Amino acid sequence: MLSYTAKRLGQTVFVLIGISLITFVLLQVVPGDPVALMLEKRADPETIAKIRHELGLDLPYHIQYYNFLKGAVRLDFGTSYFTKEVVSVALIRSFKVTVKLACMAFVFAAAIGIPCGIFSAVKRGKRIDSVVMVLSIIGVSAPAFWFAIILQIIFGLKLDILPISGFDGVSCYILPSVALGARYAGSMARITRTSMLEVMGQDYIRTAKAKGASRWSVIMKHALKNAMIPIVTLIGTDFGYMLTGSMLIEKVFSIPGIGKLAVDAMSNRDLPLLEGTVMYIAFVFVIVNLIVDLSYAFLDPRIRYGKGAA
Amino acid sequence: MKRTRIGFFNKQRQFEQDMLERGVEYEYSSFYADSLKQLKKNKMAMGCAVILLLLILIAIFAPLLAPYDPAYQDYTAVLAEPSSAHLLGTDEYGRDILSRIIYGSRVSISIGIVAQIVASLVGITLGSLAGYYGGVIDNVISRIMEIFQAFPDLIFAMAIMTFMGKGVLNLFIALGLLTWVRTARMIRGSVMQLKEKEYIEASRACGASTFWIIAKGLIPNCLSTIIVMVTLGIPNAIMYEASLSFLGIGIQPPTPSWGNMISAAQTFISYRPLYSIMPGVAIMITVIAFNIFGDGLRDALDPKLKT
Repeated sequence: MLSYTAKRLGQTVFVLIGISLITFVLLQVVPGDPVALMLEKRADPETIAKIRHELGLDLPYHIQYYNFLKGAVRLDFGTSYFTKEVVSVALIRSFKVTVKLACMAFVFAAAIGIPCGIFSAVKRGKRIDSVVMVLSIIGVSAPAFWFAIILQIIFGLKLDILPISGFDGVSCYILPSVALGARYAGSMARITRTSMLEVMGQDYIRTAKAKGASRWSVIMKHALKNAMIPIVTLIGTDFGYMLTGSMLIEKVFSIPGIGKLAVDAMSNRDLPLLEGTVMYIAFVFVIVNLIVDLSYAFLDPRIRYGKGAA
Repeated sequence: MKRTRIGFFNKQRQFEQDMLERGVEYEYSSFYADSLKQLKKNKMAMGCAVILLLLILIAIFAPLLAPYDPAYQDYTAVLAEPSSAHLLGTDEYGRDILSRIIYGSRVSISIGIVAQIVASLVGITLGSLAGYYGGVIDNVISRIMEIFQAFPDLIFAMAIMTFMGKGVLNLFIALGLLTWVRTARMIRGSVMQLKEKEYIEASRACGASTFWIIAKGLIPNCLSTIIVMVTLGIPNAIMYEASLSFLGIGIQPPTPSWGNMISAAQTFISYRPLYSIMPGVAIMITVIAFNIFGDGLRDALDPKLKT
């Protein structure tokens, strides 16, 4: 376990450095001078040169990268060109909102997806199984932002029971988290079903049944426990996606989360803010995946010693 | 000197001749004919194949099918209700929504296909190199794949689009870069297994060049994997395109795309709900059809891919 952890940690550091390099190349070396954009062409070349110097944009690229990396490690990405807010403050403020949204969506997805998956595995081939599977295909194939708009139309406008935007109060979070979670509920139902079916075909389940254990005790105690391993990995990764991929939902409901920050930064070409959000989101995503992998290895010793090492 | 290749088809000819001489009647079916037979049994997949065919025909013949020019603005009918003149109503510039959805299929389907071609080219090249050579080359390519995979997808696409600027061509590249890793991984795995086979040994012993071995000996054997990956990758790319266009960094108006139509329609959901619903229905039908057909193809061509 220790050597696996060390290996995985080393890999993570390497990946993060790679991501920072790509981010730097894509965003810092961009065509189009952010300073000229910032001053809206009103300034003379002299002022532009002065500001470029202040921001360190006139340094050679490898020194700029070093400064960027140094800042990233300390969570210091400078201040936004537009709002003049310190980037890390804006990041933390928005991230809190996104975490709250992702957690609620995650709870929703797991609460719907896993029981549905178990149920359709138990009732394999029956009508309820097909219904769950069709719903899960629709859930996976419908664009989340479109589903969000439909929820707005139904619950916000036609029934008028839930607010369609904003982020104060629990009721504001219901529609966004359902919209964000729907797709993952679908994929969780599918993976739970597959995993359960695989486990339920095994000998020890037959033994348990033969011993006279009740149907639900076999399903919940014997089957589900072993079926959980792939499910845990999947839902861990899903949580990473929810944390980092909520920008579509945030746009629909105008929630000031990290995704909206990124989209705004992008449309304003606000480089410090964009670099900050990209690095931050990538960092969170990579760390969530690291935790998932380590817990997977912890749960399933086969990963530590065999196949997973490749 | 002309090189004679003794391969599968020569053996087949040999077999046919043998049977003929012995006077035995036989029926021969190739791997792909077998798979096709398998696929035809799958009613869901065949239904989706018909839907896909229709969608592709709609995209090709859009100018004939669309009742209006997608850019034609009728200022007397801005945000009109659905009627016999405009079956799905009009948008905020008085453009016919049905026509725009029909034209939007061109954008979505072509982007899905081209992005997958880009992804396959990159994925097959890097995947087969990594699988064939192993060692340092494999290590470097695998690390690159890890970095690409660890980058959250939408934010990565955003960064690329910021870098390259908005535009259809850049969108192709961004989506290709977003999805090549999966193909590369699959090809790498298959190539690693296949290169140990005797027939590769044999062609190496005959003095075949590395390029020849990879291009003629290994990749054709990965073809079924590639077909499945491309089919299942297209709906993925369509979804990314819709998401990026919705965020305003994909296809730019006035070119109609299902994603940017939903984005524009969002303002009017309170009194024109149909305007935002219909493009989404189009996305959903396309994505579901590709997914189910792709699943069917996978079951028929390469059952071991199933996860």
